Amino acid sequence: MPISPHLPENIYDIIIIGGGPAGLTAGIYASRARMKTLLIEKMGCGGNAALTDWIENYPSMPDGISGFELAQKMEQQARKFGTEIVYEEFIKVKDTGIYKIVKTTEKEYDAIAIIIATGAEYKSLGVPGEEEFRGKGVSYCATCDGAFFKDKDIVVAGGGNSAFQEAIFLTRFAKTVTIVHRRDTFRAMPILQERAKADAKIKFVVNSIIERIEGNEKVERIVLKNTITGQNSVLNADGIFIFIGFAPATEYLKGVIELDTIGHIISDSTMNTSSNGIFACGDARKKTLRQIITAASDGAIAAHSAQEYVEHIKNQYLAVK
Amino acid sequence: MSGIELTDLNFDTEVIKSNIPVLVDFWAPWCGPCKMIAPVIEELANEYASKIKVGKVNTDNNMNTSTKYQIASIPTIIFFKGGLPVQKIVGFKPKTELKKILDGLL
Repeated sequence: MPISPHLPENIYDIIIIGGGPAGLTAGIYASRARMKTLLIEKMGCGGNAALTDWIENYPSMPDGISGFELAQKMEQQARKFGTEIVYEEFIKVKDTGIYKIVKTTEKEYDAIAIIIATGAEYKSLGVPGEEEFRGKGVSYCATCDGAFFKDKDIVVAGGGNSAFQEAIFLTRFAKTVTIVHRRDTFRAMPILQERAKADAKIKFVVNSIIERIEGNEKVERIVLKNTITGQNSVLNADGIFIFIGFAPATEYLKGVIELDTIGHIISDSTMNTSSNGIFACGDARKKTLRQIITAASDGAIAAHSAQEYVEHIKNQYLAVK
Repeated sequence: MSGIELTDLNFDTEVIKSNIPVLVDFWAPWCGPCKMIAPVIEELANEYASKIKVGKVNTDNNMNTSTKYQIASIPTIIFFKGGLPVQKIVGFKPKTELKKILDGLL
């Protein structure tokens, strides 16, 4: 029996797209609010948090926790309260006015409200050799690949929190870690800068950009260009870890909801986007601080707003006697 | 089932001499992201049960196999057919893409 002539059978109340901390928290809140909730994840749950070696600024964890473990606990918690999770890739969302149709690589799902939690993906340098040597010395994940660089010389590209955090992590394995940054000042938090500067294994090359990555079978050297003198130089390295920032994963939302010029979703403090019934949370949003705790906070608010929206729609279309 | 435990000792029997295609997942206990895709691999093992074999190699304990297939990044998935590695995937790939490769091997 359809719940209403206006709504298809087996409709979900809420579909969450993306299984990082924002989406998983939305799942916890939506499911506890007894919303019928589906979470669609492209790869495996956890998002960028799961790729982070150690999280030490999440409240209630004075000794820190591995990013993977934290993310895994969030996933367990969402499943426990009833969030269904499927591993499919989201392609597009169509708005029928009363409900939405979400198309994935596998099938179509209907829902009254949608929560976008697709997050952000690491940026690549876009230099010669980067794609060619991927998995052969070029990496974007220190926790995945660090241990393969025992007693090796490695380069970390970037000057933000991820670059510093991962450079410090990589000193466990590497002989030397050279942070290469295009400017001479860093965006990384002072505590991370202090630690990196105090570490004998970490060296710095500033005002330099990476021109290309060279080698035979695998990475052997990095060609740098000094941004002030314009001179090229060669740095011998067995590997390069690239942490030059993230770009929002919102390509497929162009024309559906309002995005800023970089692609971040424009949303208000209740996580409403420019489209009725579509909510956003986490790193994909335009906001000032992208952390696990702010993603989780967004997720809770998005679930609450989505729940209110779902109840409003149901009252409107189910009240007909 | 989440697939069989492959080692340097049984790799030849289980993978090279297998008469059905094998998906080999190279992972390590310290690699969070490897564990992150484990549920996806498990779903594939169930969906393709009896048509393909799914196994995993702990790169920490099985250096010979890992070196032989030049694993420098995990997760890495290698698809074997007729004893030969036919496709190597470094890093994450969506389940849909893994299914496409598997369908192509059957």
